[in-house]
Amino acid sequence: MTYYHIREMTNDEIKARVREFVSRFFRGHDLQDNEDLFATGYVNSMFAMQLVQFVESDFGLAVESEDLELDNFRSLDAITALVQRKSGAAV
Amino acid sequence: MTEVSSSPAPSASPPASADADAGLRMELGPAQEAARAAFAAWASEHVAPHAGAWDRAAATPREAIGRLAATGWLGAVVPAAQGGAGMDWVTFGLLNEELGRGCSSIRSLLTVHSMASYAVLRFGSRAQKERWLPLLARGEAIGAFALSEPNVGSDASAVETVATKDGDGWVLDGRKKWTTYGQIADVFLLFAKAEGKPVAFLVERDAPGLTVEPLRGITGTRASMLAELRLEGCRVPAEARLGGVGFGLGIAVATLEVGRYSVACGTAGIIRACLDASLAYAGERVQYGVPIGQHQLVQRMLAGMAAGARAAHWLCLRAGWLRDAGDPAAAHETFVAKYFASTAATQAALDAVQIHGANGCSEDFPVERYLRDSRVMEIIEGSTQIQEIAIARGELAA
Repeated sequence: MTYYHIREMTNDEIKARVREFVSRFFRGHDLQDNEDLFATGYVNSMFAMQLVQFVESDFGLAVESEDLELDNFRSLDAITALVQRKSGAAV
Repeated sequence: MTEVSSSPAPSASPPASADADAGLRMELGPAQEAARAAFAAWASEHVAPHAGAWDRAAATPREAIGRLAATGWLGAVVPAAQGGAGMDWVTFGLLNEELGRGCSSIRSLLTVHSMASYAVLRFGSRAQKERWLPLLARGEAIGAFALSEPNVGSDASAVETVATKDGDGWVLDGRKKWTTYGQIADVFLLFAKAEGKPVAFLVERDAPGLTVEPLRGITGTRASMLAELRLEGCRVPAEARLGGVGFGLGIAVATLEVGRYSVACGTAGIIRACLDASLAYAGERVQYGVPIGQHQLVQRMLAGMAAGARAAHWLCLRAGWLRDAGDPAAAHETFVAKYFASTAATQAALDAVQIHGANGCSEDFPVERYLRDSRVMEIIEGSTQIQEIAIARGELAA
């Protein structure tokens, strides 16, 4: 996947990419779209910044200071919404 | 004993290939080479001759910091559009190496100041950038990095300083220790926990409830003006928070990567300083009727230093080059560079003292300072053991 096509990606395609990345940290756990990632006990204090780096490197987006709120990274739905908002991607 | 070869020492920089398509080319670009020469000349005039006095005084004079600020190099990591020097990472590394060759303390100032500047640039709000970046770039405000605590070193996730929301602002309670240039810093990039989650703040020196106490009797980098910070009901406004609650550790780790690169390059400078001092001494000091550089056991130590200086230099440049390219491998290669440079510096400094004999144990010669400074380099920005763990895990995961 290359971020050059992000504006043509659908909501489901973005979420699938997010799920693929996040699932690496939740092996053996069936993640729900709206599940609180930080409440699961699967991840540590660095996970939030790993999500930031993933969004920046995989989707080619600049995560700004005002985006650095846990609520933007709390669930697959939230991360997908952030990517959509930052990229203006199709829904 | 044997004769010293009269053949010239191999150049640290291989000659440029006549064929641009010949493959690997390990050389600086013209602008980087010009910058390196300027850094070297400046450090030789304004830093190295004074480093011993600063070390003995356990302080870096304001005038020396003012001279460094006047060069614009304190704004190395700040883009030109925001008032900085806008250096690429390779050039920043060269600056650290040359300053580190002269004085590890003032190189440490560049390190922590650049870490604070980088954090504001990378994670700061528009208001924080507009306020702090021009001041930091001009050196009109000095930045410092306040993570370590009396009970917290390598395990940065365990900080005990607590941030409590209070109306529109925050109240900070705790202690920070080993804060480099904390005695004179104007703003601290400071880490705490809010409801158990890591969070970063930009705390101004005059924040009510903040007390700065000098730390003295340090083994190395004695002029780096370490401080302990006491936060007792320290009130800061909401705008002091850098990034959201929960991102503090990530900000610390990303900022420490800049610091680790800076320290690695500065430490490569220590090895060169050891080599330069030892070559000069070995050429002048006569024992058994010949300069001691003609004794093979001294040559062995000089050879180790020469190889260490080159290897550290190129490992650092490789890490900087990868960072300039935006390559994720830069983080791993920075661990490798810092690990190698700091351990090689320890050996180089031990050997430099050994070559100098009794003179090496005297403050009349700089090598005893290099030895004390090199010990610090194996501890800061991740101890040698932390580097080993990170490197091994990275290699295993590759």
